[in-house]
Amino acid sequence: MKVSDLQKDLGLEVLTSKDYEDREITGCYIGDLLSWVMGRAKAGDAWITIMSNVNIAAVASLADVACVILAEGVKPDAGVAEKADSQGIIIFSSGKTSYELASLISKAL
Amino acid sequence: MIKHYEISGTDFANGGEASSDFKTVLKKLGVPMDVIRKVSIAMYEAEINTIIHGHGGTCDAEIMPDRVVITFKDSGPGIKDIDLAMQEGYSTATDQIRELGFGAGMGLPNIKKYTDDMQIETSEGKGTTVILTIKL
Ligand SMILES: Nc1ncnc2c1ncn2[C@@H]1O[C@H](COP(=O)(O)OP(=O)(O)OP(=O)(O)O)[C@@H](O)[C@H]1O
Ligand SMILES: [Mg+2]
Repeated sequence: MKVSDLQKDLGLEVLTSKDYEDREITGCYIGDLLSWVMGRAKAGDAWITIMSNVNIAAVASLADVACVILAEGVKPDAGVAEKADSQGIIIFSSGKTSYELASLISKAL
Repeated sequence: MIKHYEISGTDFANGGEASSDFKTVLKKLGVPMDVIRKVSIAMYEAEINTIIHGHGGTCDAEIMPDRVVITFKDSGPGIKDIDLAMQEGYSTATDQIRELGFGAGMGLPNIKKYTDDMQIETSEGKGTTVILTIKL
């Protein structure tokens, strides 16, 4: 499914500018420890995390995930959205838990 | 072609600038995405280590016809026991750094996993040099 479909289906709040390539989501990874994400997430994954600092933008870009979803109502720290925009990364936010998000993604894929 | 980067030892909130820039360079050269991803992951881990453990240093990333060679150099505390440092889960990161999501002890294993060759030269109290090679 496309990132835009995921956003609509799951009612995700968009925190970044949305004008990027509407990528295909091919999987999902949940994690907050950045080098676990770097090592284990796959290109094209939707990455679910509660880590809100600016490093998530670089990690998402370099690990080439399709989008980032901040779960549990977590809001990004100041400057994160700008940094993500500069790297062409889309960040969403949701009040749902990581488990709820992942099970919805699993059904949608 | 060689790209040179200065790696600040204090700005760990903004780490990854060199890796992000080099990714753009490789993209412009038309390097395949799966290769770029390997370079990006390995380079980012080495860059973050240079910042948080090496207290800053330099990075030289060279693109050759058949491979990319990236050298990170710092004058930090060095690594006492390389075999131990290479183990998954081993980390000396402080609580402050762990709060940012680092310190899982997975960086060096990731570098190993995503490169074709990895060399570490280190001397206690003098510094560390990490050389990554990825075939194109
Ligand atoms: N450039 C360096 N200078 C000094 N020590 C280093 C350097 N790079 C790595 N180390 C040592 O090796 C350990 C393991 O490094 P590794 O990258 O695997 O994990 P980490 O950086 O602690 O956590 P993570 O990479 O998962 O965020 C570090 O905790 C540190 O003690
Ligand atoms: Mg590390």
